[in-house]
Amino acid sequence: MTIQSSTSLRAVTSYDASLKPGFIDPVFDAQAVFRASLLATAYPGRVVSLDRSFTAPRPFSPATAALCLTLMDFETPTWLDHQTSCAEAAQWLGFHCGLAVAEGPMAARFAIVTDPLTMPRLFEFHPGNVEYPDRSTTLIIQVPSLTEGPPTAWTGPGIKTSATVGIGDLPFWFWSDWDLNGELYPRGIDVLFTNGNALMGLPRTITVEA
Amino acid sequence: MNSIIKMEAERAAIAQRSDWLGILSRSIGGELEALATDLTSGLAFEWLRAPHVGLVMVRGRAGGTGNVFNLGEMTVTRASVRLEDGTVGHGYAHGRDQRQAELAAIVDALLQLPDRHDEIMAKVIAPLRQKAEARRLEQSRKAAATKVEFFTLVRGENPA
Amino acid sequence: MAYVAVKGGEQAILNTHRLISETRRGNQALAELTLAQISAQFGLAVDRVMAEGSIYDRELAALALKQAQGDMIEAIFLLRAYRTTLPRIAASEPVDTSEMAIRRRVSATFKDIPGGQVLGPTYDYTHRLLDFALAAEGLERSQAVVAAAPLDEQVPQVIDLLDSEGLIEEESDDGQEEVFDLTREPMRFPAGRDQRLQNLARGDEGFVLGLAYSTLRGYGHNHPFVGELRLGEVMVEIVPEELGFPVAIAEITVTECQMINQFRGSAEKPPQFTRGYGLTFGHNERKVMAMSLVDRAMRARELGEDVRYPAQDEEFVLSHADNVEANGFVTHFKLPHYVDFQGELQLVRQLRAEHEATREAAQMKEAAE
Repeated sequence: MTIQSSTSLRAVTSYDASLKPGFIDPVFDAQAVFRASLLATAYPGRVVSLDRSFTAPRPFSPATAALCLTLMDFETPTWLDHQTSCAEAAQWLGFHCGLAVAEGPMAARFAIVTDPLTMPRLFEFHPGNVEYPDRSTTLIIQVPSLTEGPPTAWTGPGIKTSATVGIGDLPFWFWSDWDLNGELYPRGIDVLFTNGNALMGLPRTITVEA
Repeated sequence: MNSIIKMEAERAAIAQRSDWLGILSRSIGGELEALATDLTSGLAFEWLRAPHVGLVMVRGRAGGTGNVFNLGEMTVTRASVRLEDGTVGHGYAHGRDQRQAELAAIVDALLQLPDRHDEIMAKVIAPLRQKAEARRLEQSRKAAATKVEFFTLVRGENPA
Repeated sequence: MAYVAVKGGEQAILNTHRLISETRRGNQALAELTLAQISAQFGLAVDRVMAEGSIYDRELAALALKQAQGDMIEAIFLLRAYRTTLPRIAASEPVDTSEMAIRRRVSATFKDIPGGQVLGPTYDYTHRLLDFALAAEGLERSQAVVAAAPLDEQVPQVIDLLDSEGLIEEESDDGQEEVFDLTREPMRFPAGRDQRLQNLARGDEGFVLGLAYSTLRGYGHNHPFVGELRLGEVMVEIVPEELGFPVAIAEITVTECQMINQFRGSAEKPPQFTRGYGLTFGHNERKVMAMSLVDRAMRARELGEDVRYPAQDEEFVLSHADNVEANGFVTHFKLPHYVDFQGELQLVRQLRAEHEATREAAQMKEAAE
């Protein structure tokens, strides 16, 4: 057998003893996490706990890692923040998701933020287009807390009256950027916040009073 | 000079691993099981990626040499294991045979161990290669029997 | 109009599942078909289901055929539904058909070609008379003749012979990086050749065949020659993310057709032969020949020809070639449309009443005058 392709040989990645495994049961685990992310998106502001935990690679929390395994593959270009791209997580994403790294936030279907204070402004991500508003970037932002941060009032579809949410450690401009994101409707980005083994959805339809 | 030699050696090692991974993946219906069960039974390993079935989008080229297009998908199974000493093996199998992907991953790991390499090449890879070549040869010989031998008829009405 | 939910029929539906199961099984006194039997003895049916179901997996295609009682389009539908349950792990390097392990290979343009005319397994030279010997069970069937020597290891593409003279247009890769995938993106027009070829490769054989026929009967400008038709096995290579180098993970059977068409030339291009291309999973000669004719017809715009006929109209062809879509839309009309129809009924009654009233008024007016 001769190798037909002219693909230049890339540096061979060797996986050492430190590479952590992914889901134990890929089909059912991914289904359960997908279900949880649906629930989080349907009921914004609600803390949705995942009922399965595993050892996540640094700097991911179990919920962030589980979302990556569930949502991403080599066809979803994903932007990683500096802290993620330099860590164990980058290699882990390469192996388990075959992850394609997006060139910049505007080219990303997903973005993973583990250090929110250094993240790009929200308008730097892809807002989708009018024909396909679903092609916007979905942000996964790992935060130190979903409840203990400065209180904000969320209203919109999936929230009966109003929900009080306290996301911790977001950059000072976050909620004013979120207002601008709302003005793009039906375009706009969506966010899933993660903390520990829990997640919370913030779809583009939600209005937030900081 | 040394670095060139080193690069060549690396290339050769990659080509060799690509070759055995392909032979393991393309083996058919229990061939690998029959050859590798003894070598792998009782071996301790951990799953990096449990065997699972997925799809590969097969691509072609317009006119055979032109722009690339998507022809359709095929089923492929893959698995990755880590032996106790940390050696990582990746296995692929055409189709949906999870056991074949598992065995392929273990054999790939064992082939990377210098003290097991030659033995496993001889016991597993060489026989698989032989079987594949025999199949290919038989097909080709049957096709060759249907090759047309043209001959020219001499027409009677035009005597010289 | 709002939909009105109506309940009922659950027991009837459950019973129809059981009835279709029994009907599929047929006479219980006969042995049940195995997937291996279907795969081995209905090989061409399996090939068509793989090609149009768009998954190369003989066993799955055989299962789909068994489950669908041999209904091709139902079986194709089942495979398409199944594929949505699996993750995609890679896209392959483009298969190299010039490296094919040949089992059949013919050219209608040149008699003497390097590698020879290899007839392979074909019904082309059989009498189309029913063979009653096949109806009898337990008879010995004839075996293939095995030649002493195999075919040449590499059999060059016939079309390359013309290529060197510049008589035929060259097919080269312009380095386009994004490959259109209609399973991931909605169709867009004007379509690229990648989108057209993917659509035709999984398109309905009957539809593509009918369109190809139309181009030969005057609804297009085709005057084709089969440059080469080949059947055999090609390697599928992927570059796994974890390795970074290519591995030939599978060997699959494909059929390929290179169709050559005369072209009178345009302002920019001198007269030469142009090409149409067909490629499918499995052994599907009729399909690849039809595909290559329709591929050529749809290149009309690109080659500066008038787009006048259905086969040249890519929006018409691509929107209607998929038999799962076509089947869904055409056959959904048998499902309950009670409320829709009530609405239409009311409308027609009202229109008739109005029509009658107008007529009576006109008559009265006439009588009064």
